[in-house]
Formats: sequence, structure tokens, C-alpha cells
Amino acid sequence: MTQQIILYPLYLQIAISVILMFAWFKISFQKVFSVIGSFISVGLAGWLFYEVWVNGTLTVQAGNWEAPFGITFVADTLAVTLVLLTAIAGLAVSIFSAGSVLRDRLRFGYFPIFHFLLLGLNGAFLTGDIFNLYVWFEIIIISSFVLITIGGEKAQLEGAVKYFTLNILASMIFLTAIAVLYGLTGSLNMADLAGKVAAIENRGLVEITGILFLIGFGIKAGVFPLYFWLPASYHTPPFAVSAIFGGLLTKVGVYALLRVFTLIFSGDAFLNKILIIIAILTLISGGIGALVQNNMRKVFSYLIICHIGYMIAGLGMLTEIAIAGAIFYLIHDIVVKTNLFMLSGVVYRIKGTNSMRQLGDIYAKWPKISLLLFIPLFSLVGIPPLSGFWPKINLIKAGFAQGSYITVAAIIFASFITLVIIAKLWAEVFWKKGEELPFRKHFGYFDKMTTFKRWQFVFPVALLSIVSLYIGFGAEHIQELSARIAAELMNTEGYINTVLNTAK
Amino acid sequence: MEVLLALMIGILYATGIYMMLRRSLVKLIIGIILLGNGANLLIFFLGRITKGAPPIIPGDAKVFSEAFADPVPQALILTAIVISFGLQSFAIVLVKRAHTVVRTDDLDEMNATDEDS
Repeated sequence: MTQQIILYPLYLQIAISVILMFAWFKISFQKVFSVIGSFISVGLAGWLFYEVWVNGTLTVQAGNWEAPFGITFVADTLAVTLVLLTAIAGLAVSIFSAGSVLRDRLRFGYFPIFHFLLLGLNGAFLTGDIFNLYVWFEIIIISSFVLITIGGEKAQLEGAVKYFTLNILASMIFLTAIAVLYGLTGSLNMADLAGKVAAIENRGLVEITGILFLIGFGIKAGVFPLYFWLPASYHTPPFAVSAIFGGLLTKVGVYALLRVFTLIFSGDAFLNKILIIIAILTLISGGIGALVQNNMRKVFSYLIICHIGYMIAGLGMLTEIAIAGAIFYLIHDIVVKTNLFMLSGVVYRIKGTNSMRQLGDIYAKWPKISLLLFIPLFSLVGIPPLSGFWPKINLIKAGFAQGSYITVAAIIFASFITLVIIAKLWAEVFWKKGEELPFRKHFGYFDKMTTFKRWQFVFPVALLSIVSLYIGFGAEHIQELSARIAAELMNTEGYINTVLNTAK
Repeated sequence: MEVLLALMIGILYATGIYMMLRRSLVKLIIGIILLGNGANLLIFFLGRITKGAPPIIPGDAKVFSEAFADPVPQALILTAIVISFGLQSFAIVLVKRAHTVVRTDDLDEMNATDEDS
């Protein structure tokens, strides 16, 4: 029963959540248990990744109902890579939450909900059934609603109203798209849908269904012009929550787009054209938006939007090399974006603000920490040999191969504008002579913390920085992985045959 | 019957989106509820409506010989109803909290998150 290991990450997360719920008020126990559980989940995800890397795609049929009729869980290389990254980011954020989230917030079930969120993420990556994907999406958003409102400050609630409305609208559109797709084909299994959708003669109806999926997932991924909820809400919750949201939630939207538009609606010229246009506008508008912001977390929120554009561009070009670039960027982006929001948390604890106008001279007082924070910031820009550089080579190569020079220009423009923003941020936050800020009496400043507590802030940042460095310096391995994923996504027969068991 | 249902779904979607575009928080929730019901009915509708033909196979037959009602859409709707019930209850509590803290029902006045800081 090696197939069952697909479900182990899900079992583990749900077990952690349930046990944590029974220890509702025992905060110290919750912290320790959550961190230990996250360590185990990295181990399990690593095991699953290894099995799939060696043996190829695994599937499990829930309740032994045969493939197109029951719910299928599929672990292909893309899914297990994302499960592994979720586990790593989850571990880092779990440690960071234990150090940074206030006790008053932890008392309202922060950790159980956090693990439910991870459960939803793992489920969304592993499922092979489109309606089941909807259910996992709902688990993700209901957990994220609780996490974003926990604490109930004014700005938080206002951000939550915006976040809530747009995400629920996205779910409704997704559900509508599923309804139309079911009406067209009478199936919900994604592998089965691939063949059935290709056989439909009324292409106009298929394209409209595709557009419905694009809008539903696009709102979640934060693409132009559907992203406005993102910078309005991501800077309001605690830093640990921003970190897991920024790193993983928009990426679920991107994953869903990748899956649906390579498997079900693959090769539709009209949809690809729309994706390319959206990608270009996302790259430009996100970059320009980030340029004028003054709050560190708002800058990073706009940069999330800007960099979603790279992945959508890769998907829109739909060649193997372009998809490989998009996957590589996805891997790099999850690690770096999670790290950036934790980084802004560290800066906030050092100075008591996140406003770039007031910040300054962190480099003079904390040279070692500044050096550590340098790694994620400049990995994001992609100064070679750091990790953001390599995927862009793939994307630009794919752009030239197709002769879509506007895409190439947009990609280069976005990289350049990211460089400008990060250079400005580095100068303002770390080098500039800062303002003398009023001393806040009940604020846990970084220099007053115990060494143990400080490590809870620095360790997760260091952990993800090391992963980033590995992605940069071990780019050959990640490139090999991305190329394999891209080959699997482009040649869907392998996926379909494994799920429907038709190869034998 | 089909035409009636199609009209009904159209009206539910239209009013739902119209209500969501209003500025009041309460109307926002009403919009979400209407939209959710519209989506559920759409699944039901697109699963083909078959009257008086339950998907039960006679004891002596191996396959269905006549048209039967598809049970899958009903299972889907049941799931979707439960999920939207949970989300709507959360929405009502969230809006009540937001109203107590911000002291307004007008979405246009909720702009603390856009302030420069």
C-alpha cells in the first residue's frame, strides 16, 4: 500500500489540528506541538517527494471507486514539489508564529486554524477532482478568514471585509464554472475531463467556461485587474499570517491555473492570448504600484502581484521551456515571499514601525541581521547567482523562441523595476539615518528580548534564506525538476493514463 | 420548467451581483447569499432535469434502460449548501464586528487600509 502515502500529509495536518483544538488554552503546549508537527510534516513531504521522484506519478482512489466516478488523489511531480514547499514554509512560519504572534491572539485558536490552512493547501495540490479542488479551496479560505481577523483591530476588520468579499465571489465564479463544465461533459475527474473537453465541438462554450475558471482563479492569484483586494488586506494581520498568505495563498491560484489550463483547456489559442495580455499588464501594474508605496508590507504585496505575472506569462506561452520557467519561478517565489513578510516582521520588532520614511540605520546597529536579510531581498531581485535570476532565463528564451517581444520587454521591465524598488528599500530601511521614534512602553522591542525569543525570529528567516541560496546555487537541480514537471504538464497522456488506469 | 429555472437563475445572479455592488455591508451579505443560491440552482439545472425517474436499478437488470435523474449534482449541491452556510454565518458575524469597531455600514468609509503609513 505505498499509494496511501499520498494521504499521509493530509492525515498529519488534520491530526495536528484536532489535537491542538483539545489543548485550546494551553498556549505553550500548542507552540511546541505545532513546531514538532511541522518538522514531521517536512519529513513526510520529503518522503512523498522521493517516492514520486523515483517511481513516477502515484494515485489513490478514495473508497476504491474507480477513477472517473470516485474522488481521485494524484501525486505528480508538480503536486509533491508544492507539498514539500508548503511543509517547509509551514515549518518556518510555525516557528515564527510561536515567537511573534501575541499571546492574546494565540488564545483564540491560532495554531489549530493555521494547520487547517496547511491541510487545505496540501489537499488542493494533491486532489485530481475539480469539485474536490473547490472543497479544498473553501477550507483554505475559511481558515484564512479566521487568521486574517484574529485580534479584531480596526484595520484588520476593514481589510478582512475586502478580502472576504472578493474571495467568496471568486469561489462562486469557480462553482459556476464547475457547473457549466459538468453540464458540458458530465464528469468531474480532471483526467477524464481532459479528453471529454477536447471532444466538444462547440468551442465557444468551452472558451467561456475557460474564462470563468480564469476569473475565479485569477482573483485568488491576484492578477490584473482582479488584484485590488490583495494590497488592501495583506498588510493588516500579524506578520506570521501575512507570511503564509503571501507565500502560499496566491500560489494556490497559480497552481490551479497551471493545472486547469495545461490539462483541461490546453492549447486554446484564444485563452493563451488572454493569459499573455493579463501577464503583461500584471507585471507592469504590480511593479508601478510597488514603486509608490511607503509601507514595507504594502511594497511586498504589490511585488507579489508583479511576480505572479512571470508565472502567468510562462503559462500563456505554453511551451515546455516557458512552463519550466514558470515552475522554477513558482518554487523560488514561495520561499522568498514567505521570507520577505517575516523579514518585515523582524524590522518591525527592531524599530516599532514599518514605514519606510521613518525607518533607518538598521545596518549600523544590527549588521549581522542586515546581512541575513540581504539574502531574501536580493534573491527576489535575482542578481546572479541568487535564485530569482535563473527562471527568467527560461522565460526570456521562450519569449524569443515565440517572437513575442512585448512579453520579453515586460519581463525585463518588471525585473528592472523590482531592482529599483529593492535598492530603494535597502537604502531607506538599512542605510539611511533614521528618525528618532517615540519609545513605546508596552512594545516587545527586539533588543529587549531573550536570546531564545530572538532565535524564534531569526531562525525561520535563516532557514528560508538557506533554501533560497540552495535554489540559487543548486539551480541545476531545480532546473532539472522544473523541466521534468513541465514535460509532465505538457504531455498529459502520462497523467491521464495513470489516473484512469488505461495504460495496462 | 427549464425556461422558468433558467430565468430564476438569471435573476438570482443579477440581483446577487447588484446587491454586492451596493455600498451597504448588509446588502453585501444578501448579495452573497443570493449568488450562492443561484450557483447551486445552476448546478442542479445543468445536471439535466429528469422528472420522476430515480436512479434505482431494477433487481433483474444490469444497466439502466431509460433516462434517470443524475444523483451527482444533488450531492454537489448538498456540499455547496453546507459550505455556503458556513461562510454566510461567518460573514454575518464579521460584518457585525466590523460595524461595532468601525461604526459605519458604508463600505466607502472603510478606507483605513488605504491610508499612507
